[in-house]
This record gives sequence, structure tokens and C-alpha cells, in this order.
Amino acid sequence: MNAVTHPPGRLLYEGADWNFETLRRIHDACEEVALGEMELEIYPNRIEVISSEQMLDAYASTGLPLFYRHWSFGKHFAQHEALYRRGLRGLAYEIVINSDPCLSYVMEENTATMQALVIAHAAFGHNHFFRNNRQFKDWTDAKGILDYLEFARNFVAKCEERHGEAAVERLLDSAHALMTHGVHRQQARRAPDLKREQERERERLQHAEQIYDVLWSTLPAKDVAPAELHADQAKRKALLQLPQENILYFLEKSAPRLEPWQREILRIVRQIAQYFHPQRQTKMMNEGCATYTHHRILNRLHEQGRISDGAMLEILHSHSSVILQPEFDDPRYGGLNPYALGFAMMEDIERICRTPTAEDRTWFPDWAGCGDQMAVLREAWAEYRDESFILQFLSPHLMRKLRLFHVSDDAEQPVLNVEAIHDEAGYRRLRSALARQYDPSWTDADIQVADVDLGGDRRLILEHRVNAGRLLEEGEARQVLRHLAALWSYDVLLQEVDPASGAVLKQHAVSPPRGA
Amino acid sequence: MQILDRRLNPRGRSLPNRQRFLRRAKAQVQEAVRDASAKRDIRGADAGGEVTIPLHGIREPNFHLGSGGVRDHVLPGNKEYRAGDEIQRPPGGEGGGGGSEGSPDGGGEDTFRFVLSREEFLDLFLEDLELPDLAKRRLVDGENPQWQRAGYQVAGSPANLALSKTMRNSLSRRIALRRPKPAEVLALEEEIARLEAAGSQPETLAALRLKLEHALHRTRRIPWIDPIDVRYRRFEPIPRPVAQAVMFCLMDVSGSMTEDMKDLAKRFYTLLYLFLQRRYKHVELVFIRHTHEASEVDEQTFFHSRETGGTLVSTALEEMQKVVAARFPPAEWNIYAAQASDGDNAAGDSQKTARLLTDIILPACQYYAYIEVGREGEHGMPGFPRGPTDLWRTYEQLVAAGAPMAMKKVRHRREIYPVFRELFAKRAPGETVAQA
Repeated sequence: MNAVTHPPGRLLYEGADWNFETLRRIHDACEEVALGEMELEIYPNRIEVISSEQMLDAYASTGLPLFYRHWSFGKHFAQHEALYRRGLRGLAYEIVINSDPCLSYVMEENTATMQALVIAHAAFGHNHFFRNNRQFKDWTDAKGILDYLEFARNFVAKCEERHGEAAVERLLDSAHALMTHGVHRQQARRAPDLKREQERERERLQHAEQIYDVLWSTLPAKDVAPAELHADQAKRKALLQLPQENILYFLEKSAPRLEPWQREILRIVRQIAQYFHPQRQTKMMNEGCATYTHHRILNRLHEQGRISDGAMLEILHSHSSVILQPEFDDPRYGGLNPYALGFAMMEDIERICRTPTAEDRTWFPDWAGCGDQMAVLREAWAEYRDESFILQFLSPHLMRKLRLFHVSDDAEQPVLNVEAIHDEAGYRRLRSALARQYDPSWTDADIQVADVDLGGDRRLILEHRVNAGRLLEEGEARQVLRHLAALWSYDVLLQEVDPASGAVLKQHAVSPPRGA
Repeated sequence: MQILDRRLNPRGRSLPNRQRFLRRAKAQVQEAVRDASAKRDIRGADAGGEVTIPLHGIREPNFHLGSGGVRDHVLPGNKEYRAGDEIQRPPGGEGGGGGSEGSPDGGGEDTFRFVLSREEFLDLFLEDLELPDLAKRRLVDGENPQWQRAGYQVAGSPANLALSKTMRNSLSRRIALRRPKPAEVLALEEEIARLEAAGSQPETLAALRLKLEHALHRTRRIPWIDPIDVRYRRFEPIPRPVAQAVMFCLMDVSGSMTEDMKDLAKRFYTLLYLFLQRRYKHVELVFIRHTHEASEVDEQTFFHSRETGGTLVSTALEEMQKVVAARFPPAEWNIYAAQASDGDNAAGDSQKTARLLTDIILPACQYYAYIEVGREGEHGMPGFPRGPTDLWRTYEQLVAAGAPMAMKKVRHRREIYPVFRELFAKRAPGETVAQA
């Protein structure tokens, strides 16, 4: 760090104390750097100061500022609280919500320096990423989310009043169990318009009320002609949009015995899952972007003499503990740290833009040495997700620096195999192996609704396309299937299939609970 | 850019979620609470605190991949490996971290720890129980009286004017006295004006004028609101009773009472104390131990010091009588007594004990519970135990004669809570405690 002499009186703050005026000054100074020099593009910021208890609250409801009620959030709160009270776990300094305006929660206990760090990190770094990344643009509706959450909370509360807390709780339990498989992963779709959601629900209810006629319910059910029963299987699948990877979507549209309000709640859970899905896909990049941004902004402010040397030391201390990456044989090792990898990649891109080696030029001929790292970074932040970002931008230099190596663990073999290391022969394999680790559709079980036995007992057939011999954890899978059967109201069969040979490796059959 | 201060927002936003969670995990939490309280001493038994419950039943399952198959890990910090090397599988099966992140519940942990507040602790601990006979309540001096609405009065401060009541009175009086309505007067005046303008029908006009004058006269005589209509809201001071209770712990500490038996007794006292504390603002504890003579002692001595001597139960009752007379007048205190003994008593003492109980102790008490502690394994031959002890026989006669006391036998720690519940379970009025 260069020792810089400051013109007196330019400091944004002194000491650890802060007030709202300080926050405003810090924000404005950060904004100058972020918008001017880095040319970031952000949603308007809303910074909210909260207490530690409120932070625990926010933790419990998956970071959302308002949410419907469910016991599992109470459980998470109790868990976090116990850990926090025993001093086993600190709280995050901030939570940032992908919304327009972009909400950042900062804790009142933070020092002024921490607030500066948090504002630069969340209110500019994450904010820019939320606003520009394609995953977020295509799959989330930042403008509508807060209103939608409010609608969801009220809707669930109303259902509790009307149908009883127990019924709603059972439904939410089941929906939550399937939440990981309640997202559209592959096909491109337009971004949801969450504002429309509320109106749509109201219109649908009105329509149902208008056309309701008690006479219809007295008519005997129509006997289905046997010919129809044996209708073309392909046609049936097409009608039901099968195969369908989004199980919650399938249930919402096709489960035979759900009430309208139950479908709506499934839809709510599904929308929330979809809202969070891009965050799973871009965790590493998002943190890398935010870390790079705060590092850049705060260093600039320090150079300008607006942050004191002491404060800068505090920032560096925080910064370096955030991006600490223990090695694999270190007892502290807990996987690759997304902050560390993200930040390292952003810095590496900067290096390649400014001072590329011959190797960099062969690997990244398009932009190595272009000199404008912000343009490259902004482009990367906008157009990529973790998996594709690693595939495109991870350089041999960084692989050597992190000393990455790829180990394959086959449960059948007595030993682990080192597949590739950071050398000429291994770079590409290493890189694609790492990219796969960041791809949720690779790491999650690939489960799809395959077929429904409409002609027979209405059994729902799911297929798990087993990847590299990795079967589902059986105990929990059965529990989830019980939830699924409760929603579907008929038997459910899950087949674990080897995609290469089509052989069924394992089957789980579950019947719905009696009296459901 | 906006900066908002949310610190002053209402607290406890997650309270409903917490209540839902506790309800969900109720069975497990209740068990944990009982276990936890067994380890504490009487006065600290209700402090709330951390409990650990099994994860079963509050798991949130989802699909995830189990072990087995081929996994790939990309790890940082390579030192000596080259491509093609083989690494011995580290102990514990799994190589490195990586792969799927495991369940969000903290992966493989089978228990769940969290902190309960004091209220939650007690609620779960003492659910469905009821104190017998909360009747006596002492009114403590200096307590603020509470004001409570009590009908209406005819005098009072304007602030307490009962407007609707007043207007209702006024309306009924006006109807009863047939005060002309303003609309009627107005109609008359209009009619007269019309006739005057027309100039015809002088007789009708005169009659109408007379009628109008009559009506106006009546209107003046009968006021819109009369002082007799006016009502004020009345308030009555209700002295707030402060209930206080004293709990007597009587125990035989002679040589035949083992530590185990005392431990059983202690658990029973703890439960009773907790229970009383819930219902009374102020609960005193009195410990009386006895051998062939009795004395009042502190808690430590009560449970942990040993005495030798014979066994005279009546001495404890006499001591209790003395303490009651000196410090706890039955008119002001709710008196609860719990006696624990192994059932031994000197042969000639039964008569005296019975007499003391029926004549003096029981009339003063809200509730008297006797638990007879026995050694574990004593019920070796089912159906043929030692036979009822001296004290048991004595008390049995009293209960049979209708004395308001409860008695139970306890042999093992796990029986304490059920017995306690049985003694205090909510029951229909008039039903008596069944004997063990």
C-alpha cells in the first residue's frame, strides 16, 4: 500500500462512529467512483439500517424482507440464534435484495469503515450484477418482487384463515420439499411479471365464481369411452407438457385434486424458487463482482485521501479474511470459497487486459492486452453464469496460482484418482471439471416427471436420470416422494434410470397418505 | 438514494414462525424440557435455556444425491500430485469436501439445539395442569386499585358523560310526554302561511293558529334534554388481589431414606414449586425435615444432610403447625404441603398423626399431597409387595373418610412426572384423586 498524504478535511469520516449523514457521504463518494470510473449501472439504492435481531429475522426467512409464515423459518431462526448467542457464528454484515430499488440491509453494530465496505460491496457491486446479469434479467422481476412477496404473505394468511393453519402448513411442507425441483432450468422463457400475478389470481377467482353453478355438481360424471383411455401416449405427454423438469409447475397445472388456492400456493413457492435460482447459478461471479467492486472503490477513495490509513487497514483486514482460501489439506478447508475464486478471476482478467503474457494471448486472443478491463468485466458480468464464466475466463495462470487439481472419487475403487493438475495437459480438463462443479443442473439430481398412467390408476411416474452412478439419498427421497404423493393424491413411482442403457437402477414407490 | 432506519420497527417479526415451530416440534421439545429441568435445583428449574431435540420430525427433506457413484472434486493447493496419481481414500470415506453441499440442516447432525425463553419453557412444562382450590387470596396493602366499568350514575364529571344513554333517556321522555316534533311545528307554520296567503277559510286558520300556539307552548315546557335524562358512566375500584402461596416440603430424613429416595422427593418438590410459581406472584418455600424430631432447615441441609433417629411423622406436622401459626396465617396465604416419606412411622404415632392432619393441617391447607417413595426394584413380586406401610394405611383411612388430600406411590424417577400430572391434571369438579 502506498503511503498517501491527505489534504486535511477530505476524510469521509473519522473513527468508528457514524450517523446517517456519514452513510450518505460514504454512499455518494462510492457512487462517484462506481458510476464515473467503473461505469457501473445500478438500480437506485435503498439502504436500511437494522439491528442484529432483525438481521437474524432476515436470515430466517431466506433473506427476504417479508415473507409468508411457516414453521421452518422459526426453526432456522432458532438455529441461527443459538449459534449466534454461543458465539459460534457471527452475522453477515449485510444482506442485499435483488429488487428495484435495490435494498441493502446494514447492521447498526458495524463501524463506519464496515459500513463503507458494505455499501461499496452490496449497494454497488451486487446491485450492478443484479441489474445487468442475463440470468437475473431473464428470470427475475426486480421491480415486482417486493409487491409480490407482500401479495404472497397476504394470500397465505388468507388461506390460513379460510382453510385452517394445519392444511396450509401441510401444503407448504410438501411444496418446500419440492422447491429444489420447482424451477425451469433449460428452456428460455420471458421474465415473469410479478405484478400481473396478483391480478391474474384475482381474475381467475372471479371467473371461477361467475361460472360456478351448483347444478353442474349434481350431474353424474361422464363415462369416459375406452377408446379415449388408450389415446396416443405421445399426444398425452404433449398435452401434459411431459417430460417436465419443474415438478411444482407440473403439479400446479395437472394435479387432479388440488383446490385453486392450493395451486396458487404451489405457484407462489415456485415463483420464489425461480427468483432465487439465478443466485445459485451465479454465486461465485456475483460475489467476485461485488468483492472486486468494493476493493476498487475503497482503494480509490483511499488514494483520494477520503478514507484514512487506519480505516484502510481495517478494510484490508476484512477483505483478506473474506477472500481467504485454505488449501485442501487445511483443517479449515470447506470447499472453494466463492469470494476467493470470484475475486481472483476478476483480478486475473484485469491483469490479462493490462499486462498479458504470451500464454494469455494464445488463450484469450480476443481481449488479452486490450487495456480496458472494465469493458471486459462488465461484459462478463452481464452475459455469463458461473459455469460458462469459468469455461471462458479461467486462465492457466490462475490455475497454477491456486494450484488446482482434479480428483475423481469412484466409490467402487479403493483409491482416488488424480485426473488432471495445473499443467499443460490438464488445463482444459481441469477447467471443465471446475465449471461443472458450478453448474446446478449438473450437481442437482436430474429428476423429471416422465408420465402419468391416466388410463389406469393415475400413477405419476418420475424419472431420475442418474449421472455417473450417483443415486438419490434414499431416506430423504422417500420423504419427499410422500409429500409429492400427498399433492398428487395418487401413487407415485420414482425410477432411477441409467441414461446410457435405459436400465432402471432403483425404484421408489409411494402411496398418498390415507384420508388425504 | 434513500437511507431508512428500520431499527425501531416492531420487534419479534419472526415470533409467529417461532410459535409455529414450537407447536410443530412440541412432543420433542416437551421431552427435552422435562429432561433439562430434572437436572436443576428447585428455584432455578424454570430459567429457560438451551434445549436439544432430535431432528426427527422437523426435518425438511429434499432430493439430493447420496454417496456412491463417481464424484469429481477440483481442489486448491496441490503440492505433490501429478496426473494419474492414486491417493489413498482418507478415513471417513468421503474424499475432500466438494460435490453436493449436503442437507441445509447442517448435514448429518441428528440433533437440533436452540434456546427457549422462560415462558416457553414453563408453558411446555406445565401444560394441562391445574391447581386445586385457588380460593384464598390475600389483599396486599398499597396495591393500586383497578377501575372497572359498573353501569351508570346520575352525577359525574363531564368527561364521563354517557352520551348515547342520555339521548336514549331523552328520546323516551319526549315520546312519553308527546313533545311535538320540529317537523310537525314546521308543517303547521307552513300551512298557516299558505292559508294566510290565500286569505280563505278563516276558521281553519284560527284553529291552526291555536294548535300552533299549543304546540310551541308544549315545546317550551318540555325541554329537549332534561337534567333527569343525563347519565354518567360509573366506575368501581376493584382491589387487585395479589395471591401469595407458601409451599411446605415435609420429608422424612431418617436413615431408611436413601439418596435415591430423596432425589425422587426433590423432583416432586421442584415440579410443585414451578407449578405454584406460575399461579402465584409470590411463593415461599419452607423445608421441614424430621426424624423422631422435626426442624425447619434450608434447602441444602434439607436434601443433603443426614440425620439418625427414629421416625415420628407427627413431629413434622407439629412443626408445620408452628410455622403456619407464626408466619403464614391461613387467612392470608394459600398453603400447599407436600410430604415425602418411605412410609415408616413409629407404631404409636399413627393416631396422633391422623388427628393432627384432620383437625389442624388439612383445614388450613389448600392441598396436601403425600408421595411415598420406594426403592427401585422393590416391586419385585407384582401383586405381592411388602404390603401397605404404616403411614399409607393411616392416610388411606383419612382419604376414605373424605379428607382432601392426595396420595401416590413413586418408585422411579420416570414415574415422578406422571404422578405429578395425575395429581394436578385438570378434572371435572367433584372428582377425587384416584389412589395408586
